[in-house]
Amino acid sequence: MRIFSLVTRIIQQLRRDRRTLALFFLAPLLILTLMYFIFGTEASELKIVVTGSDQPTVASLKQADFQVKAAEDFSRKKMIATDTDGWLHVEHGKMELTLLNDEPSRAKAVQMQLMLGLEGHASKIPSIDSHYVYGHADTKGFDTFSPMLVSFFVFFFVFLIAGIALLKERTSGTLERLLATPIKRYEIVAGYVIGYGSFALVQTIIVVLYAVNVLDIVLVGSLWLVLVTNILVALVALSLGTLLSSFATSEFQMVQFIPLVIVPQVFFTGIFPLDGMADWLQKIGKIMPLYYASDAMNGIMYKGFSFADVYVDLIVLVAFSAVFITINIISLKRYRAL
Amino acid sequence: MKHAIVMEGIAKGFQHKRVIQPLDLTIEKGGIFGLLGPSGCGKTTLIKMIAGLIKPDAGSVTVLGMRVPNEALLMEIGYMAQSDALYAELTGAENLDFFAKLYHLSKKERSERIRYAAEIVGLTNDLNTWVAHYSGGMKRRLSLAIALIQNPEILILDEPTVGIDPRLKRTIWQELERLRDEERKTIVITTHVMDEAERCDELAMLREGAIIASGTPGALKGQYAAESLDDVFLQIGGGR
Ligand SMILES: Nc1ncnc2c1ncn2[C@@H]1O[C@H](COP(=O)(O)OP(=O)(O)O)[C@@H](O)[C@H]1O
Ligand SMILES: [Mg+2]
Repeated sequence: MRIFSLVTRIIQQLRRDRRTLALFFLAPLLILTLMYFIFGTEASELKIVVTGSDQPTVASLKQADFQVKAAEDFSRKKMIATDTDGWLHVEHGKMELTLLNDEPSRAKAVQMQLMLGLEGHASKIPSIDSHYVYGHADTKGFDTFSPMLVSFFVFFFVFLIAGIALLKERTSGTLERLLATPIKRYEIVAGYVIGYGSFALVQTIIVVLYAVNVLDIVLVGSLWLVLVTNILVALVALSLGTLLSSFATSEFQMVQFIPLVIVPQVFFTGIFPLDGMADWLQKIGKIMPLYYASDAMNGIMYKGFSFADVYVDLIVLVAFSAVFITINIISLKRYRAL
Repeated sequence: MKHAIVMEGIAKGFQHKRVIQPLDLTIEKGGIFGLLGPSGCGKTTLIKMIAGLIKPDAGSVTVLGMRVPNEALLMEIGYMAQSDALYAELTGAENLDFFAKLYHLSKKERSERIRYAAEIVGLTNDLNTWVAHYSGGMKRRLSLAIALIQNPEILILDEPTVGIDPRLKRTIWQELERLRDEERKTIVITTHVMDEAERCDELAMLREGAIIASGTPGALKGQYAAESLDDVFLQIGGGR
């Protein structure tokens, strides 16, 4: 199989380029860690106080991942004084939750843990009234945009590294030499997709496992779905990177695509609230692959969406890469008519 | 089928600049054909059209009776580009093995052909070195070895001996002549060096994309009553 000869060659080449490999696998972890500390997430255990509850509720909450105390009476003032993250008041089957929300991510975590804890216990989840001591329900934090960061890293590094690799192949003449052999154009593109795709897969696994296990970023949905999403992101990045590399004549020109192609996409990933944007601005976001990737990632990791909730995003990503890959195969005609 | 390569009414331009004037060219089987001319005269462009890497604006190219482009033909053409197209991060052996695999050679054929090709270009002892550490001449030789890897009927070599020392140059020429005599291979080379042109069976002199003279080296010298091919070139006005 010619495709696999190509894949083997790409893996051999990249394995020997230690520095690029380190960049590919370790830089995302470094940046993610930095952002984690800059934006801060739950560093200490969550504290919650329950009043007026029946014993089973308290018991089931104790199994969840926070410190639970039952009290006779409690107040907002006491919450602030004791730095308590949540106060759950249960009366006649109704639940009232007051969140300190000094850090949005902690408030979100309390809500999430609470839901998880109650799910196991009650046959039906009672309605919960939420109040906030600080801020409001829409306050965003690191947790809400960290899922998109994972996709962003995959996109950024795959775009750059695969794009530069094909550029090198063009400028060094090896692409032309390759096309003087009976290899088919689609085999070249497929070799690139599989070769760099496998590195992207490893990168995604490392980044996601690090984010979830070391940085404790919430992952409510399925890890598999996260991987699938990021493989699609890698595909889009790879096919777009290799495509744009034909408009660059040097590595430096490839780097010049970063402010043109990558930075604008960041604005539409949810770091900046999309709701407030003008209509036409939101429409621009819809032509950007990372918009869909972030939507899916945020849904899966933060909101616990399942495949059925994010499949539209995934289909759009598949469509993006299908289009780019097709253009790639056709554009190789420049070198050989066959 | 006596002709290996037939080009009819071939023309090519880049961005409105005529690089190859409409020309006809016939290359016989089993000989060494030299394309001679100063740099920029269109040698590379012409042979890339034979290899199917450039599409001519007009005219047709037929190789071994098959119209270019043709997938089966790619198997029968060994191409050596003017600039070395090699993977620097791989060793010489890995480069050869990669290209051998693209020609679907079996594992046994691959190791045989790699040994043979490396032997000819004198790289046997450097096969396990990264190409990044090769000298210019070594890279040239590895490119030549790659052109030989699938044992093609036709070899198209673009300035194959640039940067190669005289002794190795002689070995390579002896091997090219052996391939011609014993295996009836057709070899097309481009050069701007006259002593190499002397060793070709047939020559075409190219200037500004047009063939200004052609024939055997002896016939050309006789026709212009010249001592050397250099003089022939100068007489026709192709001096550089
Ligand atoms: N891809 C290209 N685009 C524009 N001009 C080209 C291209 N390739 C070759 N040329 C021009 O065509 C002419 C012939 O080039 P080439 O065939 O490489 O000459 P030679 O091999 O004889 O030195 C040169 O003037 C060169 O600048
Ligand atoms: Mg040339």
